[in-house]
This record gives sequence, structure tokens and C-alpha cells, in this order.
Amino acid sequence: MFLDNWLPLIILLTSLLPGIVIFVLPEARIRLRTSLNMGGATVKLALIGVMIWGVRHEHVYETRLSILPNMDLILNADAMSAMMTALSGILWFLTTLYAIAYLETSPQSRSRFFGFFSLCVSSTIGIALAGNLITFLMFYEMLTLSTYPLVVHRGTPDSMRAGRIYIAYTIGGGAAFLIGVAWLKALVGSVAFTEGGMLAPFVDTYATQLRFIFLLMIAGLGVKAALVPLHGWLPNAMVAPAPVSALLHAVAVVKAGAFGIVRVVYDVFGIEFSAELGLLPPLAAVAAFTIVYGSVRALFQDELKKRLAFSTVSQVSYIVLGASILGPVATIGGIVHLVHQGLMKITLFFCAGNFAETLEVHHISQMNGVGRRMPWTMAAFTLGALGMIGVPPIAGFISKWYLGTGGLAAGQPWIIVILASSSLLNAAYFLPIIYRGWFQDSAESWPDKPAAGMLETHWMLLFPPLITALLALLAGLLADAPFSPLEWARLIAAREYHP
Amino acid sequence: MNLNDFLQPLTLPAWIVSLPLVAAGLSVALPKIGKPAAIFTAVATSMLVVMLGGEVLEHGTLQMQVGGWPAPLGISLHADGLSAAMLAIACLIAAVVTFYAASYFGPETSPPTFWPLWLFLWAALNALFLSSDIFNLYVTLELLGLSAVSLVALSRSAEALPAAMRYLLVSLTGSLSYLTGVALLYAANGTLDLNTLAAAEPGSPSISTAFALMASGLIIKSALFPMHFWLPPAHANAPAPVSAALSALVVKGSFYILMRLWLTLFEPLINPGTANLIGLMAAIAIFWGSVQALLAKRLKLLVAYSTVAQIGYIFLVFPLTSMPAAGQTAWQGGLYFVLSHACAKAAVFLAAGNVIYSVGHDRISELKGIVRRLPVSMFAFALAGVSLIGLPPSGGFIAKWLYLNAALTAGQWWWAVLILFGGLLSTAYVFRFFSRAFSYSTDTVAGRPVPWIMEWTAFVLASCTMILGLTAPEVIQLFTAGQPF
Repeated sequence: MFLDNWLPLIILLTSLLPGIVIFVLPEARIRLRTSLNMGGATVKLALIGVMIWGVRHEHVYETRLSILPNMDLILNADAMSAMMTALSGILWFLTTLYAIAYLETSPQSRSRFFGFFSLCVSSTIGIALAGNLITFLMFYEMLTLSTYPLVVHRGTPDSMRAGRIYIAYTIGGGAAFLIGVAWLKALVGSVAFTEGGMLAPFVDTYATQLRFIFLLMIAGLGVKAALVPLHGWLPNAMVAPAPVSALLHAVAVVKAGAFGIVRVVYDVFGIEFSAELGLLPPLAAVAAFTIVYGSVRALFQDELKKRLAFSTVSQVSYIVLGASILGPVATIGGIVHLVHQGLMKITLFFCAGNFAETLEVHHISQMNGVGRRMPWTMAAFTLGALGMIGVPPIAGFISKWYLGTGGLAAGQPWIIVILASSSLLNAAYFLPIIYRGWFQDSAESWPDKPAAGMLETHWMLLFPPLITALLALLAGLLADAPFSPLEWARLIAAREYHP
Repeated sequence: MNLNDFLQPLTLPAWIVSLPLVAAGLSVALPKIGKPAAIFTAVATSMLVVMLGGEVLEHGTLQMQVGGWPAPLGISLHADGLSAAMLAIACLIAAVVTFYAASYFGPETSPPTFWPLWLFLWAALNALFLSSDIFNLYVTLELLGLSAVSLVALSRSAEALPAAMRYLLVSLTGSLSYLTGVALLYAANGTLDLNTLAAAEPGSPSISTAFALMASGLIIKSALFPMHFWLPPAHANAPAPVSAALSALVVKGSFYILMRLWLTLFEPLINPGTANLIGLMAAIAIFWGSVQALLAKRLKLLVAYSTVAQIGYIFLVFPLTSMPAAGQTAWQGGLYFVLSHACAKAAVFLAAGNVIYSVGHDRISELKGIVRRLPVSMFAFALAGVSLIGLPPSGGFIAKWLYLNAALTAGQWWWAVLILFGGLLSTAYVFRFFSRAFSYSTDTVAGRPVPWIMEWTAFVLASCTMILGLTAPEVIQLFTAGQPF
């Protein structure tokens, strides 16, 4: 059937083609550019809906294009890719809306910005849909290249510096990953993602080589996933415009790294085989250290976006932690956090952007009383922050609960200690912001409040964080409903452990 | 008599050689028609090369005797997949650069000798890719070298003339060394035809000497480290269209001859020592060229040193193919490097030419925010840069992937490490320029507008690197037609 063969590619093209058209669009064609952006995003959402419905009903969507002799570019929709695609589809829609308003007054080329923005999202979709390592690698590198112009968009010395650091880290990581993939290909000949893993038959012949390959791949992916000590680029990259940071931290770059680690552990090596090779404990140790380290560093940042960036370092490693514990419960916790962290973190970055854009507030010390001036934004921020801490019934609680019980089920109670201390630290760096925002009197003289009945800021800046905050709340409240992230993560875990 | 009688498949090679040659001759006689003759040649040769590609895909090889005389007496032309691929890339780049040059050299600034020399260069390249006789190869090599040197000298600047002079001396030394090898082979075997030579008894002592002489001559002309010293000044100081053709095509001509000789004559003679010696030179070339590119103060010099590094990559094919397990993959990778580097480097030189055309200099430190003035050229530079670094979805990535596969299958992991390390270095020099070009400055660089055709020709070539990255199965099918490897 036509759709079975081409749906994944069509989904990819819904952002790639508008992106290419946008590049050649004259600067002044704002209306056409906006329609292309939003049109593409809407069509994509609808198609993703179709795909999710199909995947749920055991439908197979797969596009295969030959790119090399005996090597195909495969885009296919399994349960895991459907989840990532849905996440990026929804968040792209909202972030585009947000970016249009945010960049309204930007002096730099907006055609360039939205062109690369679409390329960036297309790469993310490609990563989500990749059916083998080579396809994953191609889109992973494309993501690196298409985000660089976004990071340096402002062109200031600061952002150029951040761009240099970003490129140095990510190209280095990409090289490590590439050699891992090529080595694996030379060794076993196949690099396709398989639910339950595909390397177990090679254990006797290649155990040592496979350990090295795992190390290379995780090191390569760990750069984007910001595993300590490979995280240095992330706090610098927050000089990018707010919508870029939002996308980077929630669904694009950082998530691509974490998703890649999940893929390598579950669908290349297989979780049971990884455990057999003894690869999981070191990975768990790195993840645990990153969780605590990121939180501690976040405590000492006064710049709001920087604090959020270190918080990302910490939170993304929850996903890696979930992937490094053997047992379906922990798997569910890690995988569901792919979605939950995305929803919560994008909310926080949208809000930070709103404070900066509307009130020129960049530092936490300036945030006294912002809640009275911008109650809706502050409410969304509060929801996101409480979710990060793990307060029920917001999404973050679900992740932590499953990770904790998963750790116990696997006989690793130290996981609980890590989670508890991280939650305490989360509280220590988020609660003061919430307190300042709502309960302290403002000392600043902010731009005038808009007239009664008017919104506190542009609607396209306000609605996206409200929607994502609501989604984060619903993901926790309705965790048991069909098609909720948790329910979907259960489906994935079931397929990974009983392929 | 209708057109079809002229264009018999078997006469295609002769047409492809003679068309630019006749155009060159005409433009010597009537300088005014130089430009239209070149444009006509570009269009017509493209069509002929496409037809030849179709024939080669269908039949594998084409062999023709010019004037009907068989091999030992007459000139025989020979086309297989490898020649067709080289002809195609040469034709693509030469045709696009022709359009660029037509705009670059305005009616007043056009040096009268450009078009004849340009067409001679093109004819020499075409003849080189179609010859299967070691003496004819010498003739085409010499013609190629002389026209290239004269083209460098065209810009007449204080830097260009000594650069051209040095290029001339190096080029003559290289050809002389090659010619001596030819003489030795002829003395031993009494024939110059490659296929007859290949069938002859190998292993006489003179054949090793001949190999050493011919290989060193060709290595000098291909600018492999440490014989690269002449390349950066020559390529950096030539007029932009010339730089593009020199880096993209001319150095590939001598490389192609070496590859042919290696495949048909010398492969049985190669011991791991020889292959690894070339590999070592290639490794140093990658490192040295990249570091010099990183330190270069001028954009065109950066690009020229990048060629030195990329030539290193291309020569890695010899150590990689010396392992039987990896031979096929490595040859494919090597040829893919040749093709994608040709597109990428031509695009980058044209883009750099646009910078000079617009602002009058190419000092990197003064090009802050040039992207606002030349967005299309800079985008072309970026796309081609992706291929030079070897990131997907470019042709450079395919080449690198094939190399990595070959190296790891043969268990020679050190080449894999070198390839990736070289990639990191090229990232550094490409982004060193980007971080200037893309930075924001309120005072845009002053300069004159660049004709759109010059910006978009650079872009077309840069897009070709991406097309090469997405059509690998088809391209590989073309250049393996007739089983040249």
C-alpha cells in the first residue's frame, strides 16, 4: 500500500520541504513564511496521528531508499519512533508559533532562521524514525549542522563562541559515533534496529570488540545527551534565542543523544545482552553522577537560562539511568521521561523567554514579583518546576516513581538515594524562584501593564507555555488513559522484553 | 548524411576530444568568438558525455581506433566506467565554470588568451581520460600542465607570476620523470598500449624502475606531500575560475593516470612497503594541509591548503586497496573522494572568487558578516564545506564511509583513526572561516554586487556534492561499468 511505504518519508518531508522553500523566500514575505511553517506543522501533526493509530494496531510503516551498495536508508515506525515523532511534532508546532512572535523584531535574517529551524526539526524526525544506525547517524549529523546556525543566530561574539564550543563537542562526538557504527558494520554486517537487540549471537566471538563499540557509541551520543564530562557545550549554548533553547533542550539535540543511547542499549545491543556484557553498571554510574552534578551546578547559577541548562544536564540523565537498569519498570521510567522531560523543560524555557522578552528579566535575582505582573506565565513556570521536582500529580512524578521502583525491583536501592537527593536539589533550585515570583515585592519598574482585558504578553508567546504546562499536568493526571505517554512507554517496554 | 551517422556510439570518444580542441583552435584564430565557442562546447560536450555514459552503462567498455588504424600504429581511445565518471565530472565542472567565467571576465577585463587556453585545458583533460596508451597519456599530461600554467599566469599579479613559474618547473620535472618511465617500458616491451603491456611478462627489473619514475612524476604533479609546495601559491593566486578547475580537475588528471597504471600494470609489483609509504605521505598531507589551512590568513590560501589535505585522502586509496579483503570498497571510496572533492572544491573556489570580486580582497579577518552581502555564495561554501568535512548527506561522507569500511574490514584501524582525525581538522578550518562569515556586524563589508550567475554557479556545484551523497548506488554502478577495478 502506498501509505505503508511512504508515510515515514512524507512525515519527514512536511518540515523539510517548507524549510527549503523558506530559505529562498524574500525577507519581507512574512505571511507566506508563516503559512508555510504552520501549514507544514499542522499537516505533520495529522499524519503523525495516523501513524500512531497504525502502530498501535500493529501496522508496519517503512520507507527504504538505497543510499549505498548493500546499505539502505530506512525510515520506519515502531513504537519507540512513534513516541519520539509525536513529541517532536507537537513541540515543533508550538515552538514555531512561539518563534514567530519572539523573532518579530529581530534584525537578523528570519528566512535563514526558519529555514534552519525546519531542517533541525526534520533531522529530529529523521532521528526518531531511523530504522538502522546509518540512517540515525545521517540525521544525527544533519542535526548538528542545522542547529549551528541557530545557536549563532544573533552573531554576537558570545554566541559565536558558544557555536565554536558546540561544534567542537558535537563533531568530535559524531566522529566517535561514526567509527563505532562503521566498526560494528565491519564486524557483524548489520546495523538495523531490532526490538530486543541483535548482537546477542555474537557474544562468543566478539565480546571485547563489542564492549569497545559500545563505549565509542555511548561517548559519541553522550556528547549530545550532555553526560558529564561531555556536557560543557550545553550551558554555553543557552545564548541562543529562547525558542532555539527550548527546542534544543526538550526535543532536538539533547533528546537526540538520549534517544540514541536508548536505541543503542535496547535495539542494537539489547538490554539483557548489555547486562550480560557488564555494560550497564558503568553507564548507570555515569548517569547517576550526571544527575547529581547537574543539580548541584544549577544551584549556583543566577542567570535563569543557565540554571535551566544545568537542570537539563541533570534531568536528561534520568532517561539514561532508566536505560541502564535491567528490568521493565525502570525501562518504562526512562522512556516515559523522554516525553515528560520534554514537556516540562520546554515550558520552563518558553517562560524564561517570556520574562526576558516582556520584562527584560534574565536573572533570578530580578524575578521578585514577576508573578503579579505575568501571572499566567508564572503559573506555567510553577507547574513545570514542580513537575521537575517530582510533585504529584505532574508528569515528573510518574517518571521518578517508575525509576525508583524499577531500581528497587532490580535490587539496586542506591537508585532511590540518587533520586531523592536529586529531588531535594531540584527543590532547592526551583522553589526559591517560585517564591520570589509569587511572594516577593517587585523592586523593578517594569514596562506598563497592558490595559485590562489584554493579555500579559503576545498571545503567541503566552499560549505555547500554557499548553505545554497543561500537557505535562495531564500526562501525570491521566497517566493510565490510552495513548498517554506512560501507557505508550509500557507498550514499548513490553515489546523490548518480549520481542 | 544525417547527424546519427556522425554520432555512432563508437565515435563518441573522438567527438568528446575534438570538440573542445576545434573550439580552442577557432578561438585562437578569431578571439572574438572565444566566449560563444566555449559556451557551445559546454553544452555540446555535456550532451556527448551523457550519451557516452549511457553507452558505457550498457556495454561496459568502448574501444575505438582513430582513423581506423589498430593499436600499435594508430591512436586508440578507450572508455570504461572509470573514464566515463571522470569525463562526466570534468564536463560538469568545466561547463559550470565556463558560465562562471563568462560572467567573471567582463568584456573589457577579459584577457584574450583565456578562452583558447581554457578550451585546450578541457580538450587535454578529455583526451587524458580516454587514452589507453602510455605515450598518449604523456602528451595529454603535458598539454594539460602547460595550459594550466599559462592560465595561472593570466592574473599577472606580483604573486601569480612566480607561482606560475614554479608550477611550470615542477610540472616539467614531473612529466620528464614520467616520460623516462615510458621510455623504459617501451624499450623492454616494444609497445605503448596499456592493455598489451598488461598482458606482457611482468617482473623484469626495468619495470620496477619504470614504476618508480612514473609514480614519482605523477605524485609530483598531483601535489602529494612533500611535493605539494607548488600548489598553494599557484592555486591561490590564479583567477577564480582557473583556481576552481586546477584544484578540482587538473590534479585529478595525474592521479587518474597513476590509478590506471596501478590497476593495469603495477598492482602485481606493489609490496606493502610501497603502499604504506604512499599512505604515510598521505597521512602527513592530511595533517599538514589541514594545519596550514587552519593558519592561513587568506581565504583562497585556506582553500588551496585544504586541497593539499584532500589529496592526502585521495592517495589513501593505495594503502587501503593493498589489502585484498577491502580492495573493491577502497577503490570505490577513492573514486568517490575524487568526484565529491572535485565538486566541493570547485564550488568553494568559486565562492571565494565571489568574495574577492565583491570586496576586492580575501583577508579572512576582515570578512566579518560577509554572509549578509553574499548569502548564496556563503551557503554554497557551507554546503561544500559539509562535503569537505565528510558529513552526511554529502558525497564526502559516502567516500569516507567506504574508506572506513575498507579500513576496518581489513583490520587496519589506524587508517580509520586517521580519516576521522582529518575530518576533525577540516571541521576546524571550515568553521574558522564560518565563525567570521556568520558573525553579525552592524557595518557590513563594503563591496560591489556580484552577478547572480556567479553566485548560483557556485551553488549548483555545491548542491552536486549533496546529489552525489544521495545517489551513491547509481554513481558506483557507472564507475564500475566495464570492471576497471
